[in-house]
Amino acid sequence: MIKVVRHPARGPAAGAYRAFGETLRGLKTTFMRVVEGPTTIQYPEEKTPVYPRFRGRHKLHRFEDTGLEKCVGCSLCAAACPADCIRVVAAENTPSNRVSAGERYAAVYEINLSRCIFCGYCEVACPFDAITMGHDYELSDYTRSDLIFTKEMLLAEPIERTPLRTEEE
Amino acid sequence: MITPAFAFYVEPWWIQIIKSLVIFGVVFGLMPILIVYERKLLGRFQNRYGPNRVGPFGLLQPLAEIVKFATKEPFRPATSVAFLFRIAPVIAIVTAVGALAIIPWGDVQKIFGTNVGLYGIDVSIGPLYVFALAGISFYGIMLGGWASGSKYSFLGAMRGAAQLISYEVSQGLSLVGVIILAQTLSLTGIVHAQEASTWYVIPQFVGFLIFMVASFAETNRAPFDLVEADAELVAGYFTEYGGTAFVAYLFAEYANMIVVSAMAVTMFLGGWLMPFGINPPGWVDPIVVIVKISIVLTFFIWIRATLPRLRYDQLMSFGWKVLLPLATINLLVTAFVVVH
Repeated sequence: MIKVVRHPARGPAAGAYRAFGETLRGLKTTFMRVVEGPTTIQYPEEKTPVYPRFRGRHKLHRFEDTGLEKCVGCSLCAAACPADCIRVVAAENTPSNRVSAGERYAAVYEINLSRCIFCGYCEVACPFDAITMGHDYELSDYTRSDLIFTKEMLLAEPIERTPLRTEEE
Repeated sequence: MITPAFAFYVEPWWIQIIKSLVIFGVVFGLMPILIVYERKLLGRFQNRYGPNRVGPFGLLQPLAEIVKFATKEPFRPATSVAFLFRIAPVIAIVTAVGALAIIPWGDVQKIFGTNVGLYGIDVSIGPLYVFALAGISFYGIMLGGWASGSKYSFLGAMRGAAQLISYEVSQGLSLVGVIILAQTLSLTGIVHAQEASTWYVIPQFVGFLIFMVASFAETNRAPFDLVEADAELVAGYFTEYGGTAFVAYLFAEYANMIVVSAMAVTMFLGGWLMPFGINPPGWVDPIVVIVKISIVLTFFIWIRATLPRLRYDQLMSFGWKVLLPLATINLLVTAFVVVH
């Protein structure tokens, strides 16, 4: 079945008649938008919930039972990083100063977030799941050096939690 | 009620001055509210909130904007004509405000023992006065566009002049039907005539539509805003204006909107009369008028949110080939019916 689309009638009078009808239809369309109400998310107060696999700011992890750091300073993340924004300096664990579970630990662990492209390769490269991508995306600052996150900052819980998307959303 | 003996009293001079100040103050108080109302309503029409950050519910937004505009440098392009460039916004706003003088906000009231008409002045040539001022307000646009010395301003001004002249004819003719029915040119007289018969929107519905369409064109509102045409001409005739001169044009536009809405209310929607024969005390009259004006203004904004801008040839062919014949036929039919 072919639906025949008729061309609009010619002439100013027919055009005006058609325009009037279409105007009413348009007015109805815009009015329905008022009925629907705004869909705006009032950003600083409301935040868009992120998906569980969202790649935000990195997090470093500790073992929950012993409190030792999972990172053993192997620098595989730094090797995997295409933006070259991770810097790891490893040091030996000593019996008096045991930081991580392995032989060595990361004495310096810095991520330059102004260079990071949030690809998540570091997370994939890590053999101990010591670094994962978190959900924080509010990463603006006034100076570039403030965006270099140290190990303490990456180990700490984020100050503001980003809402996580639930199953239904 | 009072017979159309509206002209048979003389107001003391001080009442005239107070009335002028009150009307000016009220309308200029309404103007920022109208601006923020338009922006918020436009937002609603587009599934968003509109300004809601400055002050409670964003109500102080126009205040912030006025402060911003007022603190700007009064800039003038090197190619512009200094005197005309400065005088053009003044013409625009003076004519817009001048038209407010004859808008009837209410009937003659007894205040402090004297009869006070709730209008600036009741001239016996009401609509003609408005059209005369609208005619002068062309100069605000033309001079502003030409004196800027910029081709986009000039293009906008040319478009504006052509559009205003084309649509003023239809607008005028659409009012003649009302004038024939009311048999008076006085605006209060027309309202009184509507009190006697019915609101003229019913017998003059076609005239009302023509008047509204022509009013959109006269006030440079969407869908006839190709004088300003943000997307093509930046802002048309006031591209080169900034700061307070820009605000003058902006306020002139909104004042024109209020004037045109008030004219529609007075001529077609029964002025200060309430529907269903409700007869409230006299002090309610201005409130009724303002409520009716805001309904018409809401319609203006609704149309702006709905219709896209016309192309220039569509504008001209619609004005001359559709609107003008329709207005003429409407006028002839009205005249025929009234005579017979």
